[in-house]
Amino acid sequence: MNKRKYRVIIPFLAPAIILYLIFVIYPYGRSMYNSFTSWKGVSANQPFVGLRNYVRMINDEFFWNALWHNAQYLLFVPLITISLSLFLAFMINQRVRFAKFFRVVFFFPQVISLISIGVLWSYIYHPTIGIVTSIAKFLRLEWFFAIFGFQGIPVWMGDPRTVRGAIASVVIWQAAGFYMVLFLAAMEAIPQSLYEAAIIDGANRWHQFWSITLPLLWDTMQTALVYSGMGAFGMFAITKVMVVSGSATNRPADVLATYLYEQAFEASRFGYATAIGVTLFLLMLALSVLTMRMTRRETVEY
Amino acid sequence: MKRESTNRIIGTVINGIIYLLLGLWSVIVIFPMIWVLVSSFKTSKEIFFSPWLPPAELMWDNFSRAWSEASIGLYFFNTMVVLIPAIFLTLLFSAMAGYVLARFVFPGNRAVFFMFTGGMLFPVVLALVPLFFLLQSMTLLDTHIGLILVYVAYSLPFTIFFMTGFLKTLPSELIEAAVIDGANQYQLFFQIVIPLAKNGLVSMGIFNFLGQWNQYILPLVLMTSRKKYVLSQGLAFLQHQQRYQSDWSGLFAAVTMVMLPTMIVYTIFQNQIQRGLTIGALKG
Repeated sequence: MNKRKYRVIIPFLAPAIILYLIFVIYPYGRSMYNSFTSWKGVSANQPFVGLRNYVRMINDEFFWNALWHNAQYLLFVPLITISLSLFLAFMINQRVRFAKFFRVVFFFPQVISLISIGVLWSYIYHPTIGIVTSIAKFLRLEWFFAIFGFQGIPVWMGDPRTVRGAIASVVIWQAAGFYMVLFLAAMEAIPQSLYEAAIIDGANRWHQFWSITLPLLWDTMQTALVYSGMGAFGMFAITKVMVVSGSATNRPADVLATYLYEQAFEASRFGYATAIGVTLFLLMLALSVLTMRMTRRETVEY
Repeated sequence: MKRESTNRIIGTVINGIIYLLLGLWSVIVIFPMIWVLVSSFKTSKEIFFSPWLPPAELMWDNFSRAWSEASIGLYFFNTMVVLIPAIFLTLLFSAMAGYVLARFVFPGNRAVFFMFTGGMLFPVVLALVPLFFLLQSMTLLDTHIGLILVYVAYSLPFTIFFMTGFLKTLPSELIEAAVIDGANQYQLFFQIVIPLAKNGLVSMGIFNFLGQWNQYILPLVLMTSRKKYVLSQGLAFLQHQQRYQSDWSGLFAAVTMVMLPTMIVYTIFQNQIQRGLTIGALKG
């Protein structure tokens, strides 16, 4: 029996393991090593330079610029996305009519390719034909933007002050439906009897939400936080398609992933680029561990 | 008595606000899509000078121009050439590995499982540079086969993680009955296990289809010649091209053509697709 068992185990595992070792494990391992070399990609020799790439990174203002943008996304995008989607889920869960319709529609952006969304929104922000500018002009909001020091309506994608907000809005628009479906599924799993008991005690919808729904959604919330936090460290595709490519001009929209791409595939600084990649990985790892730790709580059983 | 009626009024007002807000978000979600759909039937001039009016005449020509001149048709073809085998192989290899990891006791079982699931921790950007040179040295750079293998490899961690969990929940009786009937392990797997795992495989198929359909950074690095571009790459390329030659109507038609198929499929199979896409977060 034992020998026969391995006649299944080995061939069944082999294709997955081989592909995984070659195309996933090897590149990751290689990256860790490459970040200590000054490899330019041309010659076969890769001079070992120790920590020089990392020192260079610490002194590179564009690295900090990109990291700062990731941090800004991290601060705002998960918070807004999760509050919005939780709010939408809560409203739909109020046994509204057309609940099915809302559920289907809000999820729409999830099934459109991210690149289409990027192209679409870069025209929505367009200074002459875009709807955002048109509405702002129609409502005569110039005075409002003047408060923040803009002359007229901002050129959303062209202004360093608005470009990241504009990109973040697209990401929120795209992701809200996804988290809403997650929260709805969790809400539907909460037994109705808990709400009935609360109603007898005289709790209104608002109380019910804070004292029953929210505590029981904690696990889902944790998952959503980690997910969208990781998303804030990505942002590659959406930034790349919405912002004019070509270095220097897009510094205000730079994130670590686009800066890494530029350093590797436009400037051929492969060693330096992988050092940025390793840093990105360590930051993501630290962040997810931290989120899990900080949001750890007694799980409520029901 | 009086209190009850005020309560009812408050209830109605709250309901009204709820419908208003839900309606507002629906408009925010749908409007951009309608706008691009309507604009794709206009001339570039109309898009520029009257962005809010419906087209004077339906410009079907925009679509044929986008399809052939802007190569959207070719990009569609390339995408399918990559995605169909990539998803098939992802599901096959993951089901095989998941079956062994879920159903067989052997030394190293946990180690293999953690090796695969550990891959979920790493961002793909970290692998880009070595991956580029690896494919170059294997002469797989700029080939569809290379991209297929890479897609499969990067889809394995989550799919194996999911399939292992899924296959653990299958009832043992059916499998044992088949063994008693004298089925060998291969018959058992393909004739009993795979049909039983259908739901899990469908969910993973959807999950991976949209994941790979959205993939941009891998093809951007690995597919270098334009005639081999996949859709996401081709569309991004068109977008950047429009900055120099403004064939906006062609671009809008291209976006519509890329956007609509998945939306239509989704409206038909909403439940499965919602489940398939959120399953990652629910199980993770």
